[in-house]
Amino acid sequence: MEAEEVKQKFAGMVGEPIVNVVEKGSIKRYAYAVEDPNPLYYDEEYAARSRYGTVIAPPGFFGWPAKPGPMLPKLMLDLLNGLKEAGYPNLLDGGIELEFMVPIRAGDVLVSSPKIMDVNERTTKAGTKMVFGTIETTYINQNGDTVAKARQNLICLPGA
Amino acid sequence: MAKQLYWEDVADGSELTPIPKIATTQMLVKWAGASGDLNPAHYEDTFAAAQGLNRAFVQGQLKRAWLVQLVTTWIGDEGTLKKLSCQFRAVDWPRFMASLTDPKEGETWWCKGNATKKYVQDDEHLIDCDIWVENGKGEKTTPGKATVALPSRGKS
Repeated sequence: MEAEEVKQKFAGMVGEPIVNVVEKGSIKRYAYAVEDPNPLYYDEEYAARSRYGTVIAPPGFFGWPAKPGPMLPKLMLDLLNGLKEAGYPNLLDGGIELEFMVPIRAGDVLVSSPKIMDVNERTTKAGTKMVFGTIETTYINQNGDTVAKARQNLICLPGA
Repeated sequence: MAKQLYWEDVADGSELTPIPKIATTQMLVKWAGASGDLNPAHYEDTFAAAQGLNRAFVQGQLKRAWLVQLVTTWIGDEGTLKKLSCQFRAVDWPRFMASLTDPKEGETWWCKGNATKKYVQDDEHLIDCDIWVENGKGEKTTPGKATVALPSRGKS
């Protein structure tokens, strides 16, 4: 498969939705792992007096597990295998962009759907070919509100 | 919590209160469990070495979570984080443990940032910031940007 065929095949493709409950205990363990002492994440009385009225999740936490098993969503594995076939086996993390619309409260049920926004082969000034890709995941809560979007940027370098 | 920050308190270039962080092998395991990301490159040295990365290294998403803590601590309970992005430019390696609870001597990381733009949009009082994690040598391994909304003294 050539990079252009990978684009044709994968751009716009939507992965299977994943449902996560944002549990109090998993919020607490996440904040503990980050070593973030903010009482909004674990102190129920404090959080009840806050403008949120309840324990909230740190921005960027969308329930456990953050990545479905074993490591990557199937959509992303399929894309990476396609790029490997096209001669781009070396994946670099091009960074993440998070947008937060609605606070995530303990007990929320989030449905997340990843979508491959784009896959583009480009040639740098130095003449090196690379592939840039973006996967956007939208998180929707039990009320139907879009609570957040995460854009993961991928850079794939050529190699054997 | 600390005194609430107001939009009027921030000027272009204002510094976000820096937060020190010490990544340890123990912290990486805690993060792997809490996030559910079980990539062995973050707890198995030989696996990371086979990828040409020397030994188990700090998860990018853990550094991203540090940056969220930097910003949310600065803006306080009445502030709202609207956007946050970061890039993983360089690898960071955690300290080994000296005891069950304490790390060995070594590197300390700092989460830092400063305000770059102050504006009002759709009735929200917003601040854009540059943020980053820097390693013990002062190199920005994880640069990023954030946009926050703050309460204004001009509003009730």
